[in-house]
Amino acid sequence: MTRVSEAPVGGKAKKGGAGDLVEMAWDPITRIVGSLGIYTKINFKTKEVAECYSTSSIFRGYSIFMKGKDPRDSHFITSRICGICGDNHATCSCYAQNMAYGVAPPHLGEWIVNLGEAAEYMFDHNIYQENLVGVDFCEKMVRETNPGVWEQAKRTEAPNAGIHGYRTIADIMTSLNPFTGDFYREALHQSRVTREMFCLMEGRHVHPSTLYPGGVGTVATIQLFTDYLTRLMRYIEFMKTTVPMHDDLFDFFYEALPGYEQVGLRRILLGCWGSFQDPQHCDFKYENMSDWGRKMFVTPGVIVDGELVTTDLVDINLGIRILLGSSYYEDWAGGEKFVTRDPLGNPVDERHPWNQHTIPKPQKRDFDANYTWVMSPRWFDGKDNLALDTGGGPIARLWATARANLVDIGYVKATGDSVEINLPKTMNLPETKLEWKVPQWSNTIERDRARTYFQAYAAACALHFVENALNEVRSGNTKTWTPFEVPDEGIGCGFTEAVRGVLSHHLVIKDGKIANYHPYPPTPWNASPRDSYGTPGPYEDAVQGQPIFEENPPDTFKGIDIMRTVRSFDPCLPCGVHMYLGNGKVVQKRHAPSMLNSPE
Amino acid sequence: MAADSATTEREDVDEHGQPEVDVHVLWINAGLSCDGDSVALTAATQPTIEEIALGALPGLPRVQFHWPLIDYQVGDEFMDWFWKADRGELEPFVLVVEGSIPNEAIKSEGYWAAFGNDPETGQPITTSEWLDRLAPKALAVLAAGTCATYGGIHAMQGNPTGAMGVPDFLGWNWRSKAGIPIVCVPGCPTHPDNLSETILYLLYQAAGVAPMIPLDESLRPLWLFGQTVHEGCDRAGYYEQGDFTTEYGSPKCLVKIGCWGPVVKCNVPKRGWINGIGGCPNVGGICIACTMPGFPDKFMPFMDAPPGSTVSGAASVTYGKAIRELRNFTFKTVDEEPKWRKRGTKLLTGYKPPW
Repeated sequence: MTRVSEAPVGGKAKKGGAGDLVEMAWDPITRIVGSLGIYTKINFKTKEVAECYSTSSIFRGYSIFMKGKDPRDSHFITSRICGICGDNHATCSCYAQNMAYGVAPPHLGEWIVNLGEAAEYMFDHNIYQENLVGVDFCEKMVRETNPGVWEQAKRTEAPNAGIHGYRTIADIMTSLNPFTGDFYREALHQSRVTREMFCLMEGRHVHPSTLYPGGVGTVATIQLFTDYLTRLMRYIEFMKTTVPMHDDLFDFFYEALPGYEQVGLRRILLGCWGSFQDPQHCDFKYENMSDWGRKMFVTPGVIVDGELVTTDLVDINLGIRILLGSSYYEDWAGGEKFVTRDPLGNPVDERHPWNQHTIPKPQKRDFDANYTWVMSPRWFDGKDNLALDTGGGPIARLWATARANLVDIGYVKATGDSVEINLPKTMNLPETKLEWKVPQWSNTIERDRARTYFQAYAAACALHFVENALNEVRSGNTKTWTPFEVPDEGIGCGFTEAVRGVLSHHLVIKDGKIANYHPYPPTPWNASPRDSYGTPGPYEDAVQGQPIFEENPPDTFKGIDIMRTVRSFDPCLPCGVHMYLGNGKVVQKRHAPSMLNSPE
Repeated sequence: MAADSATTEREDVDEHGQPEVDVHVLWINAGLSCDGDSVALTAATQPTIEEIALGALPGLPRVQFHWPLIDYQVGDEFMDWFWKADRGELEPFVLVVEGSIPNEAIKSEGYWAAFGNDPETGQPITTSEWLDRLAPKALAVLAAGTCATYGGIHAMQGNPTGAMGVPDFLGWNWRSKAGIPIVCVPGCPTHPDNLSETILYLLYQAAGVAPMIPLDESLRPLWLFGQTVHEGCDRAGYYEQGDFTTEYGSPKCLVKIGCWGPVVKCNVPKRGWINGIGGCPNVGGICIACTMPGFPDKFMPFMDAPPGSTVSGAASVTYGKAIRELRNFTFKTVDEEPKWRKRGTKLLTGYKPPW
């Protein structure tokens, strides 16, 4: 939307000797949701990022102002946490409330929620991938950062040209140019149609009007599902060409830039909290959560070094720890414990969200000490507090689902090593099978690739949900909501997948009011700073040590490889990442994070 | 494939090879927000953002957005436009603010909300400081979404940041140097087309082809917020007949289960949410009054019937019952075909056949 400034971005960088580091920061990072800054030190001699810090510049205080409110207001309030996946919060909050109130929606109500959430994935991944991330791979960007790659793209035939119609890789890149690219505009259009689908089920995007504990207010008619299904089939046709197009584009980067798999590479530590309840099994009782969690149409799971550690939502729940270390808060150690044991009798840790207190302490930003409003969620595996990431959502979801090998509804099927997505015939294209295979790496390209596959996965699941919903309506079951009473005392937890990854809500009710409420969206996991053990957060970890392939020297450096890595996690800090491109100051001491604070 | 030409075709280029721009739109999303209003704008269809950006409407000035959500530029390159505006080198510009403005004066150090860094100190610059710097230089200030207009969710009772709306911060009688009051497009989030259409209006006003934007006492565009939800609700007929549901999922009037539609200024039931699809009470969602200055505190708990609805609702139940009975009587008549439509050897329509 804006043109590129003619002036050098980073000012003048002095040339240093071997090992000299240049401070580079980007703040705010655009083309994400929220306010994020990324501060780095880069060694241009070895073409490597030496250090990275992630910071967020906004604090709002949900957990504070929700105290004392009516618990039935929590999904309306928490939806406002996020302006692109607010409905994921509303859904998760309703799950937590259902548990606390002891209510389960009628099956039809649950199918409607699933259809709304599926549309959210279809919309959100689409706009993010094509209109925000895609720009990092568009002609304009590649020409500015890697002219050599652009030349090669022009000479490289797209292997799947017969399916998507773009003859060369360069043609794909051109189609991604902001506003002028035809695919860019087609994606914007699709983002609106999918939001129409969303609004059919949940009323309003992005803060739903029809979601409630106990079900939905949506009026379930034949027309409702016809309106949804016709749009869904058009989207499925769109995905049949979009997935192969992205495979061509991403495979090309490995080919054109050998070693690109190192970009954004980190140890495989992925979390997925599962998505899409199966109303046949889910009763929202904590005591049965291990079982109904495994019936979700996206399987929950923790993946360590490529292998599944657990698929049990109770394990997942009890392992969550909220650490401080570099955040602007006072510790709550020794404060009131709201939940000492879960309903199964398991002890609940003091640093678990059920027992968390949020005590803000605004202060100066100091990269030697505290530098962000984001806390550090970790997952305790019995030994270590693991800095799990979500990889932006899809890679963790597909990985957990593939390895767990539990999902098989025809339209999607886990195999142990892959996930098959079977899309029926559409207007112009025949029946199509797509297969996402567990990749070798958790890196930038694979996070982005998984996103396009998951769009197809969500669409395929939606077919299953429409069929089930229509069966209910045709059988005369049109109730979508179950009445409930709010107890004076109670606890609840909700687990789902926000678009960009794990989402949990933890609720404690006392005297009929909210006594404690702590939501944990994906971005605190991904954007977290160094924790009290010194473990960096996933953005920091993924960027730190990554190679630089950009051809530009420091004074015109755009940081595209770093941008691609950060954006591969789909940052959504309604508080963002601020990558601030500093004035190319040469840092004298190699390990001097305090220099990041120095005036330029 | 489309070349990178659609913008360049309509852009004249200055002596530095940069496109000439009539109006800049500077967008600060770093209030206490969720970015939902930025996201809403990408859903707009009347007009779409690409129609505004590519000049697909007659008389539209050449406009350049500096909008974090989808901007090509990042970091300093992006912030440079805000610094230029601060130095008075960017004329004219419309300042869009998204999110409520926290009170930075209630603590000794640090920041609640910040945008870019101060080159002198290396510390973040607060969003409220940007407002102080840029508002006097702006052609107009547009507050997008209920957080920016009136404070919204983040200004709820018990909040730690002292958040407020842009008019609370700058003053309700504030005028831009062009004499334009703060333009408020409330909604949580704002209705996509309400926002894009207001931006369009301001661009036309900047181009000199539209008169002063008409606003109500809460600074909302009159043509968008002049009626209540109830006046535009397709369930108002149920209200009139005293037909209220006590359960969610019913097609009847929702007033008894928390809908505030009768006293809320908003056009969503009429306009739908996207392309006429979706909405609130029209599709089974209670109106929680998210466009109103009193939102959210004056409407919580959301799922209880509004206190004022007891009286009006009771009245409606009484006369509505009578109306319903009368209508049922009429309904039976009009639900049957006229009696002459049948087989037989006689014509019963009243026409006298000449044959």
